[in-house]
Amino acid sequence: MTTSSPEKVDPGVQQDLAPDDITLADTPWVTIVWNDPVNLMSYVTFVFQKHFGYGKKKAEKLMMEVHEDGRSVVSSGTREEMERDVQAMHEYGLWATLSKAD
Amino acid sequence: MTSGFVRHRRSKRVIATFTVFEADLLRSLAAQLVELLHNESAVVPIETDPLEAMLDFSGPTTEPDDPVLRRLFPNAYRDDAEAAGDFRRYTESALRDGKARAAGTVIDVLEEAGLPPEPTGEDLTIDVELDPDTALVWMRAFTDLRLALGTRLEVEEGDEDYWYSLPDDDPRAQAHHIYEWLGFLQETLVGAIR
Repeated sequence: MTTSSPEKVDPGVQQDLAPDDITLADTPWVTIVWNDPVNLMSYVTFVFQKHFGYGKKKAEKLMMEVHEDGRSVVSSGTREEMERDVQAMHEYGLWATLSKAD
Repeated sequence: MTSGFVRHRRSKRVIATFTVFEADLLRSLAAQLVELLHNESAVVPIETDPLEAMLDFSGPTTEPDDPVLRRLFPNAYRDDAEAAGDFRRYTESALRDGKARAAGTVIDVLEEAGLPPEPTGEDLTIDVELDPDTALVWMRAFTDLRLALGTRLEVEEGDEDYWYSLPDDDPRAQAHHIYEWLGFLQETLVGAIR
């Protein structure tokens, strides 16, 4: 991901997580968003808020995972739910895949 | 030169003013994207069983050849070609139509705002006003335009120095300048919407 301005994202966003920020481990399928060099960090955060209804803090945490780790699990659920999420991510221009949870 | 998108406080609409040159450039980029999306059309796979072919959805099952289209319509499964093919069959046509419609909306709005078919007057400015839903459509279209241009240019993370080292008259440098300009517009659009 990238930024269009020299402003840096505050790295402190990752530090204070609410309990609901921890992804449920029991559900069998996950949606993964992969890093790409084009999409803006602000846009990716916006999409996570808009599509998943996540708060700004969680959306920014996931965005930073994508940016720094190259990928992030952004949702989990049934296979059908994950296919819908992946399709929505592709509509938004994010690079997403689904797979069975580890 | 445009200063990007801002939200009008009272009406909640997102507004921007473009020079006629900028608006014409946006239209031309959007038109190229529409053409690309329809160009390498979603190919119907040849089915051996005619009944199966008839009952089949008409979507493609394999990745597009063009790198831009591969980026716009990536495989949904990394390690399962069959599942990826099925997913593509059911989703790619609708995705293509949605992206083409979004780019078409950009063109329509610019023309409704007064962009002439072949601009000649240098002093003309184009004021666009987007309701919240249309602003979202523009945001998706800008994303697709940047993905298309960035993929063509083979943009990588942190490669700014390379682009700035190119001579100004290098067509790739000029294309990258447009890519960055779209990024600036997109940043202001995201800021105006949220």
